Amino acid sequence: MVKVTIDDIEIEVEVGTTILNAARKIGGDIVPPAMCYYSKLEVSGGKCRTCIVEVAAGSSADPRPMPKLVASCSTPVADGMIVKNKTSERVKENRAGVVEFLLINHPLDCPVCDQAGECHLQDLGYEHGKAKTRYEEERRTFDPIDIGDKIKLHMNRCILCYRCVNTAEQLTEQRVHGVMNRGEHAEISTYIEKAIDNDFSGNVIDVCPVGALTDKTFRFKSRVWFLKPMEGERNCEKCSGKAVLWMFGNEIYRVTARKDQYGEVEDIDGKTAWICNDCRFEKKDVNDWNVTGPRVIDRHSVISQGKYETKMNTKIKRIN
Amino acid sequence: MKGRKLLIENAHIPGITTFDVYQKNGGYRALDKALKSMSPNDVVEEVKKSGLRGRGGAGFPTGMKWSFLAKPEGVPRYLVCNADESEPGTFKDRYLMEHIPHLLIEGMILSSYALGANLSFIYIRGEFMWILEILEKAIAEAYSKGYLGKNIKGSGYDLDLRVVPGGGAYICGEETALIESLEGKRGNPRIKPPFPAVKGLWGCPTVVNNVESIAAVVPIVNEGGDAYAAIGIGRSTGTKLISACGNVARPGVYEIDLGVSVEEFIYGDDYCRGMANGKKLKACVPGGSSVPILPHYLVTKTATGEDRLMTYESLADGGFATGSMLGSGGFIVFDEDQCIVRNTWNFARFYAHESCGQCSPCREGTSWMEKVLYRLEHGNGNIRDIDLLAEINKKIEGNTICPLGDAAAWPVAAAINHFREEFEWHVTNREEAVSRNYGLSKEPVTA
Repeated sequence: MVKVTIDDIEIEVEVGTTILNAARKIGGDIVPPAMCYYSKLEVSGGKCRTCIVEVAAGSSADPRPMPKLVASCSTPVADGMIVKNKTSERVKENRAGVVEFLLINHPLDCPVCDQAGECHLQDLGYEHGKAKTRYEEERRTFDPIDIGDKIKLHMNRCILCYRCVNTAEQLTEQRVHGVMNRGEHAEISTYIEKAIDNDFSGNVIDVCPVGALTDKTFRFKSRVWFLKPMEGERNCEKCSGKAVLWMFGNEIYRVTARKDQYGEVEDIDGKTAWICNDCRFEKKDVNDWNVTGPRVIDRHSVISQGKYETKMNTKIKRIN
Repeated sequence: MKGRKLLIENAHIPGITTFDVYQKNGGYRALDKALKSMSPNDVVEEVKKSGLRGRGGAGFPTGMKWSFLAKPEGVPRYLVCNADESEPGTFKDRYLMEHIPHLLIEGMILSSYALGANLSFIYIRGEFMWILEILEKAIAEAYSKGYLGKNIKGSGYDLDLRVVPGGGAYICGEETALIESLEGKRGNPRIKPPFPAVKGLWGCPTVVNNVESIAAVVPIVNEGGDAYAAIGIGRSTGTKLISACGNVARPGVYEIDLGVSVEEFIYGDDYCRGMANGKKLKACVPGGSSVPILPHYLVTKTATGEDRLMTYESLADGGFATGSMLGSGGFIVFDEDQCIVRNTWNFARFYAHESCGQCSPCREGTSWMEKVLYRLEHGNGNIRDIDLLAEINKKIEGNTICPLGDAAAWPVAAAINHFREEFEWHVTNREEAVSRNYGLSKEPVTA
């Protein structure tokens, strides 16, 4: 075990833990935002640079500060390390810079984006973004494409976090999509718009932090904040069968995996509860599911403000 | 040994690309010596003694890099030669490989022996196809003469050497991107740590060295590390290949003793022989496109008035405010007719094109800078753009996965720092700026 101090809070974590995961152990507002890191994936992180933090002391053995800001998702802690996140002006300034970079080519089409209300980039922009853009150039654009009959790719909104690439690498036999081209022209794509077709391909929608990959069976059906998230279960041969049903009245509009406060698919019984395409796209009848109760959305976004859950929670608490 | 060329002395000899001529002129002597009378560790020690610093640009001591190589039991180790030379202004490795390929191959065998690698690679820039053929021919000769393969010259040491061409991306010159590319993947730099010395090619400990660094091992073994270290000044030891280009009378590849003054290098008869066409010196980029540009009054003298020398230390004197870097030795000279804004845009365009697109500051920032500089150069800029550029490059620098972001940011920062007037002139005299160049910048008044 090693001791690390993050924003003046000390915590003991296992050797090899990253700064970000140590911060998540502390929890609260000292946790750096992460757009590309995804703890449930074997490979992820290091790319978006929103989780950068200042290391004021490398370790008790070598207390020199690290000269550069480091990506907290990929930097392991050392005993006696002192990390500054929200207490560092340098971090704030540079993180705002990263957010600006992520937004210069983003279409900001939130009013017509299905991800609005549960979008990490929206939250990030709200917290760290500037009210005005300094970008006077033309934004780069791509045409939206269908990758298969269930998934839509809006490359304009993509921040190239590589999560969907890593997800496909991990969950499917053979990855059929990836990043093509370089630099500003880099894009997520299948070669010649081939379909992504396998039982777990729908999970790329769940890992996408922005509205680049969306569920075609749900597109433009409703804003997420009008729906009530319910926990549902079904016997599924392919996956855990434990999902969140986004309902309006008795109708299921959308099915997603169960996600935690960091937007990551939850572990259920020690396994990450990815859901299969059957559960996600085909089972939209309430009779397909055993609805077990309301789902608490543990993120500060517009959907978690739904009074319905809050009331339910206080009621449950009172009963308990 | 001073003043003598150690690497390209024999490059002009007809037929030196063949094994026989190379050997007749002292080639493979170092290897014979090492295999007969030196242990691998002895070779490492000689390199450490020589003070050789990485010739690819960063200038990290080669001997130290070698000593970081993890040596777990039962795991292969690899040596990879970085021949992905693609920095604008740098063409020294190309010259070396094209003219005297066996020097690199001898260096590769020596270095592989020192590191205990049994399979080594030369990763060559994809555009250097004709050099790939030269190298492959030379490697085939080395195999047939028993210098490669099983039990080299009866020493019991085995080595296979392969040349692998890249696919045309500058980013593959970054060592971890190079390793990814060598593994057959998209050439994206890896997140460090772990460093290649611990987990490199196929997850095994790997050393990646520049062509010139590896070639320099040959004279180091031949003459001894101490003799090599006697050349140069301070921590800048040995000789260095400098590729001079731009508006000098005699551009080309020169092997210099580190410590030659910049003045002598530009104006000396042995080197560039002054500016071309009698023009005046305006600026100089001494180490390849990624290093800060120097205005004419800081090229031959440092800010403190001392002579500037061709050493790692002297060129960096004054930090990024009034200094630059030796870098890879791509020495680019500009005369009074050159436009700094246009040149900065040109460099920025290169980095925007070559960014891998993995991390956001580099992907978005390099292209943003390129677009702003394009506008400035083409008469569509605003005064606020100049500060914006300075801001963007501050947000890129240090915040990226690999040094490409820094390499893109530094030249822009330095150009604005030293030539702000010229940038402003492009905004205030738009039409004029499109039709003519600004000329020499004024020297700041110093107390």
